[in-house]
Amino acid sequence: MAHDHPHDHAEGQHPPSDMHLRVKALESILVEKGLVDPASLDAIVEHFAEGVGPRNGAQVVARAWTDAAFRQRLVKDATSAVAELGFMGSQGEHVVAVENTAQVHNLVVCTLCSCYPWPLLGLPPVWYKSNAYRSRAVIDPKGVLHEFGVEIDEGVEIRVWDSTAEVRYLVIPQRPAGAEGLDEAELAARVTRNGMIGTALL
Amino acid sequence: MNGVHDMGGMANLGPLAPEDNEPVFHAPWEGRVFAMTIASPTRVNLDYGRHQRELIPGPDYLPMTYYERWFRSLSDALVRRGFATLEEMESGRASTRSAKVTPRSAGEIITGLSSRGSYLRERTAAPAFAIGAQVRARNINPAGHTRLPRYVRGHVGVIERCHGAHVFPDSNARLAGEDPQYLYGVRFAGAELWGEESDPRLSVALDLWEPYLEPA
Repeated sequence: MAHDHPHDHAEGQHPPSDMHLRVKALESILVEKGLVDPASLDAIVEHFAEGVGPRNGAQVVARAWTDAAFRQRLVKDATSAVAELGFMGSQGEHVVAVENTAQVHNLVVCTLCSCYPWPLLGLPPVWYKSNAYRSRAVIDPKGVLHEFGVEIDEGVEIRVWDSTAEVRYLVIPQRPAGAEGLDEAELAARVTRNGMIGTALL
Repeated sequence: MNGVHDMGGMANLGPLAPEDNEPVFHAPWEGRVFAMTIASPTRVNLDYGRHQRELIPGPDYLPMTYYERWFRSLSDALVRRGFATLEEMESGRASTRSAKVTPRSAGEIITGLSSRGSYLRERTAAPAFAIGAQVRARNINPAGHTRLPRYVRGHVGVIERCHGAHVFPDSNARLAGEDPQYLYGVRFAGAELWGEESDPRLSVALDLWEPYLEPA
Protein backbone atom coordinates (compact mmCIF):
# COMPACT_ATOMS: atom_id res chain seq x y z
CA MET A 1 0.00 0.00 0.00
CA ALA A 2 1.96 3.08 1.13
CA HIS A 3 5.32 3.79 -0.44
CA ASP A 4 8.24 2.38 1.47
CA HIS A 5 10.75 5.17 1.00
CA PRO A 6 11.09 7.52 3.95
CA HIS A 7 10.24 11.17 3.51
CA ASP A 8 9.10 13.87 5.86
CA HIS A 9 6.47 15.64 3.86
CA ALA A 10 3.90 14.99 1.21
CA GLU A 11 4.06 17.27 -1.83
CA GLY A 12 7.72 16.30 -2.10
CA GLN A 13 8.61 19.52 -0.33
CA HIS A 14 10.64 20.47 2.67
CA PRO A 15 10.20 23.47 4.93
CA PRO A 16 13.03 26.01 5.10
CA SER A 17 15.94 24.62 7.11
CA ASP A 18 15.79 27.50 9.56
CA MET A 19 12.16 26.85 10.57
CA HIS A 20 13.16 25.60 14.02
CA LEU A 21 15.00 28.89 14.65
CA ARG A 22 12.11 31.02 13.43
CA VAL A 23 9.66 29.06 15.58
CA LYS A 24 11.97 29.36 18.57
CA ALA A 25 12.11 33.14 18.07
CA LEU A 26 8.32 33.34 17.87
CA GLU A 27 7.98 31.29 21.03
CA SER A 28 10.35 33.58 22.94
CA ILE A 29 8.38 36.61 21.81
CA LEU A 30 5.10 35.07 22.96
CA VAL A 31 6.54 33.95 26.27
CA GLU A 32 8.37 37.24 26.95
CA LYS A 33 5.22 39.21 26.25
CA GLY A 34 3.26 36.93 28.53
CA LEU A 35 0.90 35.84 25.77
CA VAL A 36 1.39 32.10 26.31
CA ASP A 37 2.51 29.98 29.23
CA PRO A 38 5.35 27.67 28.08
CA ALA A 39 4.01 24.89 30.34
CA SER A 40 0.76 24.96 28.37
CA LEU A 41 2.69 24.44 25.12
CA ASP A 42 4.36 21.33 26.54
CA ALA A 43 0.98 20.06 27.74
CA ILE A 44 -0.67 20.59 24.35
CA VAL A 45 2.12 18.78 22.47
CA GLU A 46 1.94 15.92 24.95
CA HIS A 47 -1.85 15.73 24.70
CA PHE A 48 -1.73 15.25 20.94
CA ALA A 49 1.40 13.11 20.83
CA GLU A 50 0.26 10.73 23.62
CA GLY A 51 -3.30 11.43 24.73
CA VAL A 52 -5.36 11.03 21.58
CA GLY A 53 -4.87 8.92 18.49
CA PRO A 54 -6.48 6.36 16.19
CA ARG A 55 -6.65 3.75 18.94
CA ASN A 56 -9.63 5.70 20.31
CA GLY A 57 -11.53 5.37 17.05
CA ALA A 58 -10.45 1.73 16.77
CA GLN A 59 -12.09 1.06 20.14
CA VAL A 60 -15.33 2.58 18.83
CA VAL A 61 -15.23 0.45 15.68
CA ALA A 62 -14.47 -2.76 17.57
CA ARG A 63 -17.37 -2.05 19.91
CA ALA A 64 -19.65 -1.48 16.92
CA TRP A 65 -18.56 -4.82 15.43
CA THR A 66 -19.27 -6.75 18.62
CA ASP A 67 -22.26 -4.93 20.13
CA ALA A 68 -25.24 -4.54 17.80
CA ALA A 69 -27.09 -2.18 20.14
CA PHE A 70 -24.03 0.10 20.35
CA ARG A 71 -23.67 0.03 16.58
CA GLN A 72 -27.27 1.15 16.27
CA ARG A 73 -26.71 4.04 18.68
CA LEU A 74 -23.47 4.94 16.87
CA VAL A 75 -25.13 5.16 13.48
CA LYS A 76 -28.10 7.11 14.89
CA ASP A 77 -26.18 9.57 17.10
CA ALA A 78 -22.42 9.07 17.02
CA THR A 79 -21.68 12.09 19.22
CA SER A 80 -23.49 10.49 22.18
CA ALA A 81 -22.33 6.95 21.37
CA VAL A 82 -18.61 7.83 21.33
CA ALA A 83 -19.09 9.90 24.50
CA GLU A 84 -20.19 6.65 26.21
CA LEU A 85 -16.58 5.51 25.70
CA GLY A 86 -15.27 8.85 26.96
CA PHE A 87 -14.38 10.37 23.57
CA MET A 88 -15.26 14.03 23.21
CA GLY A 89 -13.59 17.40 22.89
CA SER A 90 -12.23 19.85 20.36
CA GLN A 91 -12.85 18.83 16.74
CA GLY A 92 -15.19 16.11 17.93
CA GLU A 93 -18.13 18.22 19.04
CA HIS A 94 -20.48 16.68 16.47
CA VAL A 95 -19.73 13.25 15.06
CA VAL A 96 -21.39 11.22 12.33
CA ALA A 97 -20.42 7.56 11.81
CA VAL A 98 -20.91 6.07 8.34
CA GLU A 99 -20.89 2.34 7.60
CA ASN A 100 -18.98 0.60 4.85
CA THR A 101 -20.91 -2.35 3.46
CA ALA A 102 -20.60 -4.67 0.47
CA GLN A 103 -22.60 -2.03 -1.48
CA VAL A 104 -21.22 1.25 -0.12
CA HIS A 105 -17.71 2.63 0.42
CA ASN A 106 -17.28 5.89 2.36
CA LEU A 107 -14.35 8.30 2.09
CA VAL A 108 -13.75 11.39 4.26
CA VAL A 109 -11.96 14.58 3.20
CA CYS A 110 -11.78 18.26 4.07
CA THR A 111 -11.28 20.15 0.81
CA LEU A 112 -11.11 23.60 2.46
CA CYS A 113 -8.63 22.90 5.27
CA SER A 114 -7.93 19.87 7.46
CA CYS A 115 -11.07 19.07 9.51
CA TYR A 116 -10.63 15.71 11.22
CA PRO A 117 -12.09 14.00 14.32
CA TRP A 118 -9.28 14.74 16.82
CA PRO A 119 -10.73 12.94 19.87
CA LEU A 120 -11.18 9.75 17.81
CA LEU A 121 -8.21 9.76 15.43
CA GLY A 122 -5.75 12.32 16.82
CA LEU A 123 -4.16 14.82 14.43
CA PRO A 124 -4.44 14.06 10.70
CA PRO A 125 -1.58 12.54 8.69
CA VAL A 126 0.30 14.73 6.20
CA TRP A 127 -1.37 13.11 3.18
CA TYR A 128 -4.85 13.99 4.52
CA LYS A 129 -3.81 17.67 4.65
CA SER A 130 -1.99 17.57 1.32
CA ASN A 131 -3.08 19.67 -1.66
CA ALA A 132 -3.32 16.45 -3.67
CA TYR A 133 -5.79 14.67 -1.38
CA ARG A 134 -7.90 17.76 -0.71
CA SER A 135 -8.26 18.46 -4.43
CA ARG A 136 -8.75 14.95 -5.81
CA ALA A 137 -10.81 13.04 -3.24
CA VAL A 138 -14.09 14.64 -4.32
CA ILE A 139 -13.64 14.29 -8.09
CA ASP A 140 -11.57 11.12 -8.44
CA PRO A 141 -11.95 9.03 -5.28
CA LYS A 142 -11.26 5.78 -7.14
CA GLY A 143 -7.97 7.16 -8.48
CA VAL A 144 -7.03 8.27 -4.97
CA LEU A 145 -7.99 4.90 -3.50
CA HIS A 146 -5.96 3.14 -6.19
CA GLU A 147 -2.88 5.01 -4.98
CA PHE A 148 -3.59 3.66 -1.51
CA GLY A 149 -3.74 0.16 -2.98
CA VAL A 150 -7.52 -0.02 -2.61
CA GLU A 151 -9.63 -1.20 -5.54
CA ILE A 152 -13.36 -0.69 -5.36
CA ASP A 153 -15.64 -3.02 -7.33
CA GLU A 154 -17.59 -1.53 -10.23
CA GLY A 155 -20.99 -1.95 -8.59
CA VAL A 156 -20.03 -0.35 -5.27
CA GLU A 157 -21.40 3.08 -4.48
CA ILE A 158 -18.80 5.65 -3.35
CA ARG A 159 -19.92 8.26 -0.86
CA VAL A 160 -17.45 11.06 -0.23
CA TRP A 161 -17.94 13.27 2.84
CA ASP A 162 -16.43 16.76 2.58
CA SER A 163 -16.12 18.05 6.16
CA THR A 164 -17.24 21.64 5.59
CA ALA A 165 -18.77 22.28 9.05
CA GLU A 166 -18.15 21.33 12.70
CA VAL A 167 -19.36 17.81 11.99
CA ARG A 168 -16.67 15.15 11.92
CA TYR A 169 -16.96 11.84 10.09
CA LEU A 170 -15.83 8.39 11.18
CA VAL A 171 -15.94 5.47 8.75
CA ILE A 172 -16.95 2.14 10.29
CA PRO A 173 -15.01 -0.32 8.11
CA GLN A 174 -16.36 -3.75 7.28
CA ARG A 175 -15.29 -6.33 9.81
CA PRO A 176 -12.43 -8.32 8.28
CA ALA A 177 -13.09 -11.89 7.26
CA GLY A 178 -11.49 -14.51 9.47
CA ALA A 179 -11.74 -12.37 12.60
CA GLU A 180 -14.68 -14.30 14.06
CA GLY A 181 -12.98 -15.67 17.14
CA LEU A 182 -11.39 -12.38 18.22
CA ASP A 183 -12.50 -10.38 21.24
CA GLU A 184 -13.08 -6.63 21.24
CA ALA A 185 -9.49 -5.69 22.13
CA GLU A 186 -8.05 -8.02 19.47
CA LEU A 187 -10.47 -6.61 16.91
CA ALA A 188 -9.51 -3.03 17.84
CA ALA A 189 -5.89 -3.91 17.06
CA ARG A 190 -6.98 -4.79 13.49
CA VAL A 191 -8.57 -1.37 12.89
CA THR A 192 -6.30 1.09 11.10
CA ARG A 193 -6.45 4.87 10.94
CA ASN A 194 -6.81 4.82 7.14
CA GLY A 195 -9.63 2.30 7.50
CA MET A 196 -11.55 4.87 9.55
CA ILE A 197 -10.96 7.59 6.91
CA GLY A 198 -11.86 5.27 4.06
CA THR A 199 -8.46 4.97 2.36
CA ALA A 200 -7.94 1.37 3.47
CA LEU A 201 -9.96 -1.83 3.63
CA LEU A 202 -9.40 -4.16 6.55
CA MET B 1 -13.11 33.96 -0.39
CA ASN B 2 -12.20 32.38 -3.71
CA GLY B 3 -8.71 31.43 -2.55
CA VAL B 4 -6.37 28.57 -3.42
CA HIS B 5 -7.36 26.86 -0.16
CA ASP B 6 -10.65 25.96 -1.89
CA MET B 7 -9.12 22.99 -3.72
CA GLY B 8 -11.93 20.54 -4.34
CA GLY B 9 -11.85 19.25 -7.94
CA MET B 10 -8.46 20.66 -8.94
CA ALA B 11 -5.82 18.46 -10.58
CA ASN B 12 -2.05 18.17 -10.66
CA LEU B 13 -1.33 19.60 -7.21
CA GLY B 14 1.38 17.09 -6.38
CA PRO B 15 1.71 13.53 -5.11
CA LEU B 16 -0.35 11.99 -2.31
CA ALA B 17 2.69 10.31 -0.80
CA PRO B 18 1.17 8.40 2.13
CA GLU B 19 3.81 7.54 4.71
CA ASP B 20 4.00 4.39 6.82
CA ASN B 21 4.20 4.77 10.61
CA GLU B 22 3.96 8.52 10.37
CA PRO B 23 4.84 10.46 13.54
CA VAL B 24 2.34 13.02 14.90
CA PHE B 25 4.90 15.77 14.37
CA HIS B 26 7.82 15.44 11.93
CA ALA B 27 10.02 17.87 13.85
CA PRO B 28 9.71 19.40 17.32
CA TRP B 29 9.02 22.84 15.80
CA GLU B 30 5.79 21.55 14.24
CA GLY B 31 4.47 20.62 17.67
CA ARG B 32 5.49 24.04 19.05
CA VAL B 33 3.71 25.90 16.23
CA PHE B 34 0.61 23.78 16.69
CA ALA B 35 0.63 24.34 20.47
CA MET B 36 1.28 28.08 20.16
CA THR B 37 -1.64 28.41 17.79
CA ILE B 38 -3.95 26.62 20.25
CA ALA B 39 -2.69 28.63 23.24
CA SER B 40 -2.41 32.02 21.55
CA PRO B 41 -4.82 34.85 22.38
CA THR B 42 -5.31 35.18 18.61
CA ARG B 43 -7.40 31.98 18.73
CA VAL B 44 -10.58 34.02 19.02
CA ASN B 45 -12.68 31.32 17.40
CA LEU B 46 -12.14 28.45 14.96
CA ASP B 47 -13.52 30.29 11.96
CA TYR B 48 -11.33 33.31 12.58
CA GLY B 49 -8.34 30.96 12.78
CA ARG B 50 -9.21 29.21 9.53
CA HIS B 51 -9.62 32.53 7.80
CA GLN B 52 -6.14 33.59 8.93
CA ARG B 53 -4.72 30.66 6.99
CA GLU B 54 -6.83 31.55 3.96
CA LEU B 55 -5.36 35.05 4.04
CA ILE B 56 -1.89 33.70 3.24
CA PRO B 57 -1.37 34.81 -0.38
CA GLY B 58 -1.96 31.92 -2.80
CA PRO B 59 1.54 31.81 -4.30
CA ASP B 60 2.95 31.47 -0.76
CA TYR B 61 0.23 29.09 0.51
CA LEU B 62 0.46 26.42 -2.18
CA PRO B 63 4.06 25.26 -1.73
CA MET B 64 4.08 25.57 2.09
CA THR B 65 3.98 22.48 4.28
CA TYR B 66 1.05 22.34 6.68
CA TYR B 67 2.73 23.70 9.79
CA GLU B 68 4.51 26.41 7.83
CA ARG B 69 0.99 27.66 7.06
CA TRP B 70 0.18 27.59 10.76
CA PHE B 71 3.40 29.45 11.56
CA ARG B 72 2.69 32.12 8.97
CA SER B 73 -0.95 32.57 9.94
CA LEU B 74 -0.11 32.75 13.65
CA SER B 75 2.61 35.36 13.03
CA ASP B 76 0.28 37.42 10.83
CA ALA B 77 -2.63 37.17 13.29
CA LEU B 78 -0.44 38.34 16.19
CA VAL B 79 0.35 41.49 14.24
CA ARG B 80 -3.23 41.94 12.96
CA ARG B 81 -4.65 41.67 16.48
CA GLY B 82 -2.02 44.05 17.88
CA PHE B 83 -0.34 41.52 20.15
CA ALA B 84 3.03 42.00 18.48
CA THR B 85 4.60 44.39 15.99
CA LEU B 86 6.05 43.63 12.60
CA GLU B 87 9.36 44.84 13.96
CA GLU B 88 9.24 42.28 16.76
CA MET B 89 8.39 39.55 14.30
CA GLU B 90 11.28 40.51 12.06
CA SER B 91 13.84 40.94 14.83
CA GLY B 92 12.66 37.89 16.78
CA ARG B 93 12.82 39.90 20.01
CA ALA B 94 10.00 41.27 22.13
CA SER B 95 9.89 45.01 22.73
CA THR B 96 9.38 46.22 26.28
CA ARG B 97 5.63 46.66 25.94
CA SER B 98 3.67 44.78 28.54
CA ALA B 99 1.26 41.95 27.87
CA LYS B 100 -2.39 42.69 27.24
CA VAL B 101 -3.67 39.32 28.38
CA THR B 102 -3.29 36.69 31.05
CA PRO B 103 -2.25 33.52 29.26
CA ARG B 104 -4.50 30.52 29.72
CA SER B 105 -3.01 27.84 31.96
CA ALA B 106 -2.09 24.36 30.75
CA GLY B 107 -4.93 22.87 32.80
CA GLU B 108 -7.48 25.26 31.39
CA ILE B 109 -6.43 24.56 27.80
CA ILE B 110 -6.28 20.77 28.12
CA THR B 111 -9.65 20.72 29.90
CA GLY B 112 -11.08 22.82 27.07
CA LEU B 113 -9.65 20.47 24.45
CA SER B 114 -11.10 17.41 26.16
CA SER B 115 -14.53 18.70 27.20
CA ARG B 116 -17.75 18.10 25.35
CA GLY B 117 -18.50 21.25 23.37
CA SER B 118 -21.18 22.13 20.86
CA TYR B 119 -21.73 24.46 17.93
CA LEU B 120 -25.49 23.96 18.17
CA ARG B 121 -27.37 27.18 18.99
CA GLU B 122 -30.96 28.24 19.51
CA ARG B 123 -32.87 29.58 16.55
CA THR B 124 -36.55 30.38 16.78
CA ALA B 125 -37.39 30.26 13.05
CA ALA B 126 -38.16 26.82 11.61
CA PRO B 127 -35.77 25.23 9.07
CA ALA B 128 -36.56 26.32 5.51
CA PHE B 129 -35.82 22.93 3.96
CA ALA B 130 -37.21 19.47 4.69
CA ILE B 131 -35.33 16.19 4.46
CA GLY B 132 -35.47 15.00 0.85
CA ALA B 133 -35.90 18.51 -0.58
CA GLN B 134 -33.93 19.48 -3.68
CA VAL B 135 -31.75 22.54 -3.16
CA ARG B 136 -29.31 24.51 -5.23
CA ALA B 137 -26.05 25.74 -3.70
CA ARG B 138 -26.18 29.47 -4.31
CA ASN B 139 -23.69 31.14 -6.60
CA ILE B 140 -22.10 33.43 -4.03
CA ASN B 141 -18.52 34.69 -4.08
CA PRO B 142 -17.97 36.37 -0.72
CA ALA B 143 -14.78 38.35 -0.17
CA GLY B 144 -14.49 36.99 3.38
CA HIS B 145 -14.56 33.53 4.93
CA THR B 146 -17.10 31.00 3.72
CA ARG B 147 -17.48 27.24 3.94
CA LEU B 148 -19.29 26.89 0.65
CA PRO B 149 -16.70 25.40 -1.74
CA ARG B 150 -16.70 26.65 -5.32
CA TYR B 151 -17.15 23.16 -6.74
CA VAL B 152 -20.76 22.90 -5.50
CA ARG B 153 -21.93 26.45 -6.25
CA GLY B 154 -24.80 26.47 -8.71
CA HIS B 155 -25.31 22.71 -8.39
CA VAL B 156 -28.39 20.84 -7.19
CA GLY B 157 -28.33 18.39 -4.32
CA VAL B 158 -30.72 16.72 -1.89
CA ILE B 159 -31.12 17.51 1.80
CA GLU B 160 -30.21 14.34 3.66
CA ARG B 161 -30.29 15.56 7.25
CA CYS B 162 -30.61 18.66 9.37
CA HIS B 163 -27.98 19.11 12.11
CA GLY B 164 -29.93 21.92 13.82
CA ALA B 165 -28.84 25.55 13.92
CA HIS B 166 -25.04 25.92 14.10
CA VAL B 167 -22.67 28.87 14.47
CA PHE B 168 -22.42 30.49 11.02
CA PRO B 169 -18.73 30.68 9.97
CA ASP B 170 -19.15 33.52 7.48
CA SER B 171 -20.22 35.79 10.33
CA ASN B 172 -18.16 34.28 13.13
CA ALA B 173 -14.89 34.54 11.19
CA ARG B 174 -15.22 38.30 10.88
CA LEU B 175 -16.09 38.58 14.58
CA ALA B 176 -19.59 39.75 13.71
CA GLY B 177 -21.33 37.29 16.03
CA GLU B 178 -22.37 33.65 15.77
CA ASP B 179 -25.55 34.33 13.77
CA PRO B 180 -26.79 30.70 14.09
CA GLN B 181 -28.20 29.18 10.90
CA TYR B 182 -29.61 25.75 10.12
CA LEU B 183 -26.96 23.32 8.94
CA TYR B 184 -27.89 20.58 6.48
CA GLY B 185 -26.18 17.49 5.14
CA VAL B 186 -26.60 17.88 1.37
CA ARG B 187 -25.72 15.14 -1.12
CA PHE B 188 -24.73 15.87 -4.72
CA ALA B 189 -24.50 13.27 -7.47
CA GLY B 190 -21.07 12.94 -9.06
CA ALA B 191 -22.50 13.68 -12.52
CA GLU B 192 -24.17 16.87 -11.21
CA LEU B 193 -20.81 18.19 -9.98
CA TRP B 194 -18.42 16.79 -12.56
CA GLY B 195 -20.49 16.08 -15.65
CA GLU B 196 -21.55 13.00 -17.55
CA GLU B 197 -18.06 11.49 -17.48
CA SER B 198 -18.21 11.19 -13.71
CA ASP B 199 -18.51 7.81 -12.01
CA PRO B 200 -22.27 7.09 -11.88
CA ARG B 201 -21.81 5.45 -8.47
CA LEU B 202 -20.18 8.58 -6.93
CA SER B 203 -21.87 11.10 -4.68
CA VAL B 204 -20.39 13.84 -2.49
CA ALA B 205 -22.02 15.07 0.72
CA LEU B 206 -21.27 18.43 2.35
CA ASP B 207 -22.61 20.17 5.44
CA LEU B 208 -24.03 23.48 4.25
CA TRP B 209 -25.73 26.32 6.12
CA GLU B 210 -29.15 27.58 5.07
CA PRO B 211 -27.91 30.92 3.63
CA TYR B 212 -25.82 28.88 1.15
CA LEU B 213 -28.93 27.20 -0.27
CA GLU B 214 -32.01 28.03 -2.33
CA PRO B 215 -34.94 25.85 -3.39
CA ALA B 216 -34.41 23.98 -6.67
